[in-house]
Amino acid sequence: MSILVVAEHDNKNLKGATLNTLNAATQIGDEIHLLVAGHETNNVVEESQSLNGVTKIINVDNELYKNSLAEEVEKLVISIAADYSYILAPATTFGKNLMPRIAAKMDTQQISDIISVESSDTFKRPIYAGSCIATVKSSDEKKVITVRSTAFDAVEKTNSNIPVDTLSAIDACGVSEFVSEELAESDRPELTAAEIVISGGRGMQSGENFHLLDSIADKLGAAVGASRAAVDAGFVPNDYQVGQTGKIVAPDLYIAVGISGAIQHLAGMKDSKVIVAINKDEDAPIFQVADYGLVADLFNALPELDSKL
Amino acid sequence: MKILVPIKRVVDYNVKVRPLADNSDVDLNNVKMSVNPFCEIALEEAVRIKESGKATEVIAITVGKTESQEQLRTALALGADRAILVESDTLLEPLALAKTLAKVVNEENPDLIILGKQAIDGDNNQTGQMLASLLDLPQATNASELIIEDGSVAVTREIDGGLQTLKLSVPAIVTTDLRLNEPRYASLPNIMKAKKKELKVISLNDLGVDSSPRTEILKVELPEARAAGVMVETVDELVDKLKNEAKVIS
Repeated sequence: MSILVVAEHDNKNLKGATLNTLNAATQIGDEIHLLVAGHETNNVVEESQSLNGVTKIINVDNELYKNSLAEEVEKLVISIAADYSYILAPATTFGKNLMPRIAAKMDTQQISDIISVESSDTFKRPIYAGSCIATVKSSDEKKVITVRSTAFDAVEKTNSNIPVDTLSAIDACGVSEFVSEELAESDRPELTAAEIVISGGRGMQSGENFHLLDSIADKLGAAVGASRAAVDAGFVPNDYQVGQTGKIVAPDLYIAVGISGAIQHLAGMKDSKVIVAINKDEDAPIFQVADYGLVADLFNALPELDSKL
Repeated sequence: MKILVPIKRVVDYNVKVRPLADNSDVDLNNVKMSVNPFCEIALEEAVRIKESGKATEVIAITVGKTESQEQLRTALALGADRAILVESDTLLEPLALAKTLAKVVNEENPDLIILGKQAIDGDNNQTGQMLASLLDLPQATNASELIIEDGSVAVTREIDGGLQTLKLSVPAIVTTDLRLNEPRYASLPNIMKAKKKELKVISLNDLGVDSSPRTEILKVELPEARAAGVMVETVDELVDKLKNEAKVIS
């Protein structure tokens, strides 16, 4: 029962979701190979050699894989897929983009976004924006799975010198071409990795007012997020979005400010350990999931909170 | 340029879905059904490309039961030129759906296929990528901008850290994210006109697709409810609770 985990990384460091995915893999079996496909990946390989649970690293270092184009990585994974019973990747935009291509080539019905491993062929996953949890049994001989990172702890990095197999790149498909990338730069932690997240909703009224959150975030070492309503209103860019169609987060503390709490937003944050809601509407559904609720005008409450931290 | 837009009939966005009493599946009795919101965005994009003069035909297609004709009529009212229903008694899994769509693509030979990134029922986010894989076509998922160029399309994608732009040779497959466009509403005259547009029905059996399910739903249940919280009266009380009770800030 060999398992292949496709690592997500930026050619410098592993992305945290890879570590959560490895944890899910350890619950399925114990022969776990990590594929690191990219360009100038020395650092990533070195970091991977310390990961608990990994028995072998497969490194393919070639410019062809620099930008993780789905067509090229699919072809690479398919070239080694015969050796594996399971292929896993994180359910991030990276894994969501890539894995269905692999599953279709293998004639396998992928299981997306698992939140628990019940047995070798049975998994739980959220459906209808997390309104329900389905327990799904797969009858496919080989399984292709994406893993919701917030549902599994990260594996630790106390291993050393895991063996590395180096493979050559295979012929390019050459049908898609990377043009450019515009990555948000911030000194704050990434939303999905932050221990504290403070998010604003439509109640923030404008993008400018998000500075009220920024200042608190800086004091707490928090990431700043937003509801879909705030993104749709143009207050902040889409990479702030927490929710079913944005990022799924589960920090130690989530502070929702001026967010009503639509099911689509709750789907992205309700696994947070402690939830605080600040909203002037006492009937807002967000209060139903909050551990601490404060009915207040955010334009009074935020400056006060800022001054008391 | 010919554009194919696969759409899906799903439970309306505003319906709160619950499990059946015996937990065998979700309860879909007497709930409102609609076009999946991401599919509406896909259709809107296709219609806008046609309106800009860069496409000649927009075809909407769905795979589903007879009732799915309602959603195809909506698509026709929103600007699709014709529609195809591949009739199936059961709801297909994404892999079988992609295989079915691949058969139709091979008949219709569209230059561009635009789909929603996911349907809001199963939340699988698979069909577009699977279709691309089966047809060995390039893909751009989670599109927030789509520019038609000569022999290619430039697509800006929403990825976890920001935006990425790819250039794909055509034919190509694009899946839509929320900010690609804001879909229009169907006007009454267009709803009337849609009734006269072509809606072809073909049987899934005639396409020779293996649609047997590969997964079985053993149980559908509500997620674990969070324990009830407390309301605080002041910011001071909130800070105190976070420091001394929850111990999440210092």
